[in-house]
Amino acid sequence: MSINKTGLYVAILAFTVAAPFVFPNYGVQLGTLWLMIIVAMTWDMTGGQMGYNSLGNIFFYGTGMYVAAVIAIGLVYDVGEYTGAAGGGRYEFTDAQYFTGFILGTLGAGVFCAITAFIIGYVTFGLRGPYFAIGTLGVAIAAGELVSNWDWVGGGQGITLPVYPGNLDEGKVFIYFAFAITGVLLFIFLNWLYKTRFGAAINAIRDDEEKAEAMGIHTMRYKLVTWAMSAFFVGIVGGISAFQLISFEPLESAYQTINLGIFMVVCVLLGGKGTLWGPIIGAIMFQVFKEVTWNYFLGWQWVALGALIVVTVVYFQDGLMGWLRVTKPEWFGLTIDEKGNEQSQKAASSGEAAQ
Amino acid sequence: MSIIDVSNVSKSYGGVKANSDVSITVEKGGITGLIGPNGSGKTTLFNSIVGYHPIDSGSIKYEGQEISHMQVPEIARLGLLRTFQQTRIYGAMDCVENMLISLPHRKMSLWDTLRSNTAEDRERAGHLLEFVGLYEKRHLRSGSLSFGQQKLLEFAMALMNEPTVLLLDEPTAGINPTLINGLIDRLKRANSEFGITLFIIEHNMRVIMNMADTIYCLAHGELLASGSSDDVQNDQRVIDAYLGAH
Repeated sequence: MSINKTGLYVAILAFTVAAPFVFPNYGVQLGTLWLMIIVAMTWDMTGGQMGYNSLGNIFFYGTGMYVAAVIAIGLVYDVGEYTGAAGGGRYEFTDAQYFTGFILGTLGAGVFCAITAFIIGYVTFGLRGPYFAIGTLGVAIAAGELVSNWDWVGGGQGITLPVYPGNLDEGKVFIYFAFAITGVLLFIFLNWLYKTRFGAAINAIRDDEEKAEAMGIHTMRYKLVTWAMSAFFVGIVGGISAFQLISFEPLESAYQTINLGIFMVVCVLLGGKGTLWGPIIGAIMFQVFKEVTWNYFLGWQWVALGALIVVTVVYFQDGLMGWLRVTKPEWFGLTIDEKGNEQSQKAASSGEAAQ
Repeated sequence: MSIIDVSNVSKSYGGVKANSDVSITVEKGGITGLIGPNGSGKTTLFNSIVGYHPIDSGSIKYEGQEISHMQVPEIARLGLLRTFQQTRIYGAMDCVENMLISLPHRKMSLWDTLRSNTAEDRERAGHLLEFVGLYEKRHLRSGSLSFGQQKLLEFAMALMNEPTVLLLDEPTAGINPTLINGLIDRLKRANSEFGITLFIIEHNMRVIMNMADTIYCLAHGELLASGSSDDVQNDQRVIDAYLGAH
């Protein structure tokens, strides 16, 4: 089992490294695939593992984009002047300035989003169920509107970042690996986190928060920390996306509530909530479906996507992993032995009577 | 020495006076019982103590500290724990996972929680499951257990949490008679071996008379009688309350 598992990990890792060179024409799509995997996994941290369905995680994506852009530009120029000139060419970045901006920008975006998650979470985690979903969605929509009226960061026109200093293809590979490394680190992190007492505590919050409170679990603390961890990674990929897009604007690309904001939820539902692999498998299924419909059913792609969402939500709520869990429980090491249960029940009650 | 002091507590829901001017003392290290007909305000009093709702007037002290204004998790973290009349367990997880989640988080820092459970934790979980007679079922989904077994699991989870005081809301309700004797025995042992103070709501007179040092009887939200099991059993007002005389 463990040898199989190691082999699987090595194979996936080898594919991850080789992919942009084997399929050079799909560099952007492969990067986007990693983006989907990451946002799905981070969404599942609160939605699947902790039972808090946020529709506002896109807030951290958009905020991450802007924070990364402001840091990368602000390290070299005055941000207000730069955006005032609307990318008017007089502003040049050296290689060193680009890469420092990239690293500090993406990490800064992660840290900033983690801190914001604490603040927003403190207010919104008082809400439960659908109210939490709508409350967080409201935050994301409001943020998009606020930023599009904020001239210092370019307002509705958006903001333009420096271009990758090498050639274009090299730039695509660079962005791909930025996403891929973040994704691999996130996977390793979650694989560890879900096995700790912390992981068990957020599962307890999902299954019965009132019971968890009555048992003295620090529910608010765990909710805030989980969301902050999730926001950290979303902020980072938001930052990477900013450098990938180079030029972006607030409503359609940064705070894109109806696109990526919903896609990440659909990915998790497709793959299976509350599992480590579900969001990853779901993101791959979703991305393949999306690319196929965009290429072969152009004009109908949104209809197909809408249909996929409806079918998933109505008929396939537990996703692929949830379905496998029910049909093949032994794969997950679950014991649901009804007959054995009855027998041991008899044994137990006769044991009690003997007392 | 008293550990919980309830003095002159009143609580109304709209026009219904669920508790009026109730005063109760729970002795440290003992077993205290709370009885009364349906609707007499027993669970309301429990909920007031553990912080589910604010009280209208009076005071509730735990180890001398006023707790009537505190929230549920804060009170639970003082070591004052309750079980529910309708059992509450994490149904999708197996029994061992239920036990491990019940480790006393109040004694852990955030860094402690970022560790995996130790072999000792698992051993203790196994030991306590054995204590309540669920060891054979430890890897079964807890939601698939019978109601009585779920109550035993909830009791074991409470013990795992190392409480100072345990408030039990009808621990024997819905449990079959053969299991009840085993449960009484285990409750007594939890009290004597682990030193946990018990405060128990119970309808089964045989059970509560058998266990409690002191019994309080509520009727219509008011304290009707209190004393040793003999005193309460022979109190005409208690008999009337249960048989429906006014």
